[in-house]
Amino acid sequence: MASTHPIDPSFLALPLSRLADAALQRARDFGVQHADFRLERIRTQDISMRDARLEGAVDGEVLGFAVRVVVDGTWGFASSVELTSDAAVRTTEQAINVARVSKPISSEAVELAPEPVHADATWVSSYDEDPFQVPLADKVAALAEWSSRLLVTKPVEHTSAVLNQVFENKFYADLSGTTTTQQRVRLQPVVEAHASDVASGRFDSMRTLAPPAGRGWEYLTGTGWDWDAELDRLPTYLAEKLVAPTVEPGSYDLVIDPSNLWLTIHESIGHATELDRALGYEANYAGTSFATVDHLGTLQYGSPALNVTGDRTVEHGLATVGYDDEGVAGQEWDIIDAGKLVGYQLDRRMARMMGLPRSNGCAFADSPGHIPIQRMANVSIAPAADDVTTGDLIGRVEHGIYVVGDKSWSIDMQRYNFQFTGQRFFKIEHGRLAGQVRDVAYQATTTQFWRSLDAVGGPGTWVLGGAFNCGKAQPGQVAPVSHGCPPALLRDINILNTASESGR
Amino acid sequence: MTPTPQELVERALATTTSDGCVVVLHHSTSANLRWANNTLTTNGVLDDSTVTVIATRGDATGTAAGVISRSASSTDQVTAIVEAADATAVAAAPAEDAAPLVDGDAAADWDEPAAQTSIDVFDRFAPALGEAFGRARDAREVLYGYVEHDVTTTYVGSSTGLRLRHVQPTGHVGITGKDADLARSAWVGQATRDFSDVDALALSAELSRRLGWAERKVDLPAGRYDTVLPPAAVADLLIYLYWTAGGRDAHEGQTVFSRAGGGTRVGERLAAKPVRLHSDPALPGLECAPFVMATASTSSSSVFDNGHPLAPTDWMRDGQLRSLLQSRHSAEMAGLPHTPAIDNLALTIDGAHGSLDDVVAGVENGLLLTCLWYIREVDPQTLLLTGLTRDGVYLVENGEVTGAVNNFRFNESPVDLLDRFSAASATTPAFSREWGDYFPRTAMPTLRVPDFNMSSVSQAS
Repeated sequence: MASTHPIDPSFLALPLSRLADAALQRARDFGVQHADFRLERIRTQDISMRDARLEGAVDGEVLGFAVRVVVDGTWGFASSVELTSDAAVRTTEQAINVARVSKPISSEAVELAPEPVHADATWVSSYDEDPFQVPLADKVAALAEWSSRLLVTKPVEHTSAVLNQVFENKFYADLSGTTTTQQRVRLQPVVEAHASDVASGRFDSMRTLAPPAGRGWEYLTGTGWDWDAELDRLPTYLAEKLVAPTVEPGSYDLVIDPSNLWLTIHESIGHATELDRALGYEANYAGTSFATVDHLGTLQYGSPALNVTGDRTVEHGLATVGYDDEGVAGQEWDIIDAGKLVGYQLDRRMARMMGLPRSNGCAFADSPGHIPIQRMANVSIAPAADDVTTGDLIGRVEHGIYVVGDKSWSIDMQRYNFQFTGQRFFKIEHGRLAGQVRDVAYQATTTQFWRSLDAVGGPGTWVLGGAFNCGKAQPGQVAPVSHGCPPALLRDINILNTASESGR
Repeated sequence: MTPTPQELVERALATTTSDGCVVVLHHSTSANLRWANNTLTTNGVLDDSTVTVIATRGDATGTAAGVISRSASSTDQVTAIVEAADATAVAAAPAEDAAPLVDGDAAADWDEPAAQTSIDVFDRFAPALGEAFGRARDAREVLYGYVEHDVTTTYVGSSTGLRLRHVQPTGHVGITGKDADLARSAWVGQATRDFSDVDALALSAELSRRLGWAERKVDLPAGRYDTVLPPAAVADLLIYLYWTAGGRDAHEGQTVFSRAGGGTRVGERLAAKPVRLHSDPALPGLECAPFVMATASTSSSSVFDNGHPLAPTDWMRDGQLRSLLQSRHSAEMAGLPHTPAIDNLALTIDGAHGSLDDVVAGVENGLLLTCLWYIREVDPQTLLLTGLTRDGVYLVENGEVTGAVNNFRFNESPVDLLDRFSAASATTPAFSREWGDYFPRTAMPTLRVPDFNMSSVSQAS
């Protein structure tokens, strides 16, 4: 659902069409096969607090434009922060020169899958209150109040609190006649409590599980998350964790909460089904994928309980847009159907290479200075049709662990071997929670893990998690993305003891 | 007429209505080429100018800071930034890290223009890369990689008289080579200031040599191995350690550098061996800014410290923890000297000499790594890190490479490794695979670790 907010007038007052016309006309002069112009203004505000006091607050704004061309079958890209027609012309000429320098090392002609023309299209994300209209002092006061509430409780010794906010405007125009103007708002509030245990000399921390969201200031005042309930429980959870017994390594059944599972989806399904990785484009950096195109339609990725979609449309999703950075409208499609690999995330060039009629709209650039590449859609697991609760899943486990909240994450360059930790872990005995254990990490191989999926929760358990900071590409680009999922029951997963891993 | 960076800085300082003001202007040009499957995939040139204005205002309750950072190339844009910073300084709560702004004068090079780069920096490299593609095709090999060159000129001006300028050239090349069946993989990487020392054909020849090593493939299980970490892999681990060495975080009991019961471990011997970990803005080949440039206050840096000179700093010396990353504020909290972060890092082992090959020659039965990847913190108390080997794990038998083995996931602490290594080479320039794109200026030795913990096998190839 798109919001009712208008595009910020101060963005519309920028010379959007004038610069686009100058750039695209210059590109036409050179007889390019393709040209697009993208002007972005990305406003950010990052606030950090320590022990309820302001540590730092920075207001940022990136404002600039980029011209991307295909000349003689070769890409050329250039960008500038100087918002004049002269600079638009000069930058277009630079992009054409970059294509010329690149020609001797280009052996495949660039062609793009077609996209219907979206003339004068406008799209605004779904939010109530623009966080940039809330005074800084009010935000600092809110974070200080949350921190103070924790600081007066045992065992909390220190707190940190962070609020990252983004207000993103993008204008896109290309030679086909597509012109899109968009606005997105997102924010990420995190509060963490630190404590130590004198007897053991151990220190530990625990943070809030509230995911970053494509929402406005209302997210901090009760819409979409119950902050009071979470902050009330946090000190008790932390106190229990500090004195919890260390885990016995071995094989366990896991019930994984959406607050942890979203990241496992991100790493082992989201990145593994990016077609640019499967084709080797990231081999020197982010890595490739075991899920190569010869597996499409045949690979049993997981059990029949695993149904995964990609989308750029879910309300409040961090990868949700009206149109991507190549002018392709946001869509939803299947990636894994009843456990079988059936789809990839694409941009226009790769859609063409695959012989597909259209891109599914995954091109994204994190700033006007960077070239769009295929970036992750919201990749989500569908809930079960029945009304299965987290308690129902725990009830099916004889000897297991309930995993809550994400923490450490790592996966190999082909997306096989991964290791994850969490915020807290509860032992499950005979279908019931039996207190926390600590020093837990789960380690598995992607297909073995997802083939162990026994059941997922119902529609009422589905939570949209996500991250602001997904990294990929060279030069490095950072993208926001959401992942929705229900809790999941997985059988016989290997649990490590992280203390013994360190040789202690 | 486009205003000069100096004119923009002076305009900002003349416009502010606050008690104090610091302006940090970053002017950047950069160019990049990226390739995969022996052909170009993306490229680009970037022209950027970012202005950060720090406005400070004091009253009876303390001093507040307004910090605004935006793309700006016109005087109107800069004026708007100053107005926003002034307004924020009025509205903001007192800054915990408030301190007098740094005094100073105009540096001799203040009036110099911003330095530049362009796509032409690859004039020699790009044709050589094209030739390397041809050789790779003939040898049934596939090349993937990236080159980037960035020249950033930073101007720092303050209401206390500072007028400082720093030019930072930064470049790097990384190339991954695979055989046509994608069963074997190798990597080479190098940092450079100007690409005059980057030889595409030599790098691709080294990849061919390494792919040749992998023609014999041996599968090994998880376990503890006698392992040689080349300088790139040591940089992968030590950069993470450096980023974790925040003074306040340690003082408040949150890192491996925290002392049980309170305070930091500064003064404690962490390694029995003569380990020296240090930074110095003048390290040859790794030259970096000789003064603080802080566009945000964090737990270990402060916007109030902008322009503060940076002195050579030992983080560890003779195995002893000597210093942590500090702002003036965090140093005061911890009761330790003010030792700000510096944008390079060198590890040296007193008395170590010889090369990587010399260390390998001493190994009877062990592993030689290429680099590490996807390094994440598992336990902050021990700085236990997990991650994976990548693009080449080689079997060493009787001092020689005799084949390649599968990849592994490791769980290890770099603090522990600095105490456990059994041999080391002399220190050489090193380019981290994992962090080099963001922290390219490092020099590291090769380290041999007799019992490196390979926790499980990774099927990645």
